[in-house]
Amino acid sequence: MSYDKKRAQDYAAQHNLPEFEGVYAKSPQLANTNQKYHRKLIPSLEEAIKASGLKDGDTVSFHHAFREGDKVVMQVMKTIAEMGFKNLTIAPSSLLNCHDGLLEYIRSGVITKIFTSGLRGELGEAISNGVMDTPVQIHSHGGRVHLLQTGELSIDVAFLGVASADEFGNANGSHGALSCGSLGYAKVDAQFARYVVVLTQELIDYPNYPTSLSQDQVDAVVTVDEVGDPSLISVGAARLTKNPRDLMLARIAASVIENSGFFKSNFSLQTGSGGAATATTIFLGEKMVEKNIKASFALGGITGPIVDLLNKGMIEAIADVQSFDTVAAHSLRDNTAHTEISANEYANATSKGAFVDRVDVVLLSALEVDTDFNVNVLTGSDGIMRGASGGHCDVAAAANLTVIVTPLLRARMPCIVDSVNTVVTPGQTIDVVVTDHGIAVNPNNPDLEKRLRDAKLPVTTIEELRDLAIARAGKPDPIAYTDKVVAVVRYRDGSVMDVVRQVTP
Amino acid sequence: MKVIQKGMAGTLESSDVLVVVSPNDADDIKLSLQSKVEKQYGNAIRKAISETLAKCGVTGAKVDVRDQGALDCVIRARVEAAVYRAADEKNVKFGGQS
Repeated sequence: MSYDKKRAQDYAAQHNLPEFEGVYAKSPQLANTNQKYHRKLIPSLEEAIKASGLKDGDTVSFHHAFREGDKVVMQVMKTIAEMGFKNLTIAPSSLLNCHDGLLEYIRSGVITKIFTSGLRGELGEAISNGVMDTPVQIHSHGGRVHLLQTGELSIDVAFLGVASADEFGNANGSHGALSCGSLGYAKVDAQFARYVVVLTQELIDYPNYPTSLSQDQVDAVVTVDEVGDPSLISVGAARLTKNPRDLMLARIAASVIENSGFFKSNFSLQTGSGGAATATTIFLGEKMVEKNIKASFALGGITGPIVDLLNKGMIEAIADVQSFDTVAAHSLRDNTAHTEISANEYANATSKGAFVDRVDVVLLSALEVDTDFNVNVLTGSDGIMRGASGGHCDVAAAANLTVIVTPLLRARMPCIVDSVNTVVTPGQTIDVVVTDHGIAVNPNNPDLEKRLRDAKLPVTTIEELRDLAIARAGKPDPIAYTDKVVAVVRYRDGSVMDVVRQVTP
Repeated sequence: MKVIQKGMAGTLESSDVLVVVSPNDADDIKLSLQSKVEKQYGNAIRKAISETLAKCGVTGAKVDVRDQGALDCVIRARVEAAVYRAADEKNVKFGGQS
């Protein structure tokens, strides 16, 4: 039988299938050698933005792996503003103090809507004071992926800073001079965004590996002077404390975990960031070594002390969605037991499998906890947004033991209160609150309370802690709010957990 | 006590308060207060300051207070110490004024 082109054409027409129109009809890049190899390499950010087809009203996204050292968000938004775009939604995985400059673009109408995990600094203050017409959507790290899955958050163009990339878009955060470690949040953007721009200081010969972001997800590669300053990653939330009160809190927290019933071989843990949390990791690690109790895995934002336990063989594996310091970033690069996971693998409630579902013990911080054990990690005592939802409610919901560590007072402000300013994590998912003046166990966990009392730990009630805080500090006057909603706190499943209102001037 | 010179007490550390008491030509208290917990404790702080000044018998003074979230007892102690220094009073009886 000889090839009858007409027979194929007729069949295609009859069955509504595409007709063959030549090898390069649907892949014109192959017709030109230069195009074939170098088409994604775009000489400037401005040209990449043009190539992306960005238009007014679109949504652009970023990741926050460089934390306070991020240099992508401001660089990209400056260019976007200069190009005259208006009415954009920005969807960074979180915002930090280094993003205060975005206020200018909010005031000039370049940015009119924000999805983020956190708000801090002057930006948080201005938004709390009502600078935006549309409320900010505050999501958790898992909840952000959920919003992408439902389509409520739809990214047109993702601008993703990486430590190294090749001209075809294979990129990672761990190999390169400007290493931020895990690209756990960026991986999700690369998967969901319509157009993906990778920004890097280091262009590597093809193929670059490992590939956190893969060539089949990336549309454009742009070289820039700097994507971030890795030395600033551990500034802010993730830091190692010398504060004696934090160290004391950490010692009590480590004892709580030790006596919780979950401290046994093959347990899994997440200790996160914040002064006391990082120190708790160190003290818990000492107990693990002393009793030869090995953990199956450590999860989350990863710090040096967790890496240290991996290196000592006390933790079998690390699942890293975000590297909180350069020690963690280098371990991710060098140690195959330290793996990068996406935010979907980490914490999404509607993921086919999230690591949080399998974590035993999590240690989390809080700005405020109320007598129903609800936790606020977003608004300060003055009602101004100065924090982040992060993975807090995700891991609290799934973990077997959720431990909150907080001082009773921060300066004069009580941290154990009648009712938190903003609920981010529902009290039902909190098992125990550790303060420098005693431990309160959620009444929904009487077994835990018994174990901690049997261990002679200073167990009291949440009401007694609240009373003690007021006895020390005096009863604060209530914050006055207007009726205007400035932010909506979305639970990990997308539902509305709370709203943040404008603070009365 | 009579305020005859500038007297300072306290620091700008978190949980402390810096109090500066200085002479005032008029016989009244000119209080300037900056506090990071103004919204929640501004009234309580003013009350602590004015009560302590009254206890020390100070009726004319400029009082500049920069509060970093100090507890009530700390505010009272710092104000009292600043007044002693501003009055150049060597016979110090903290908390003993009446």
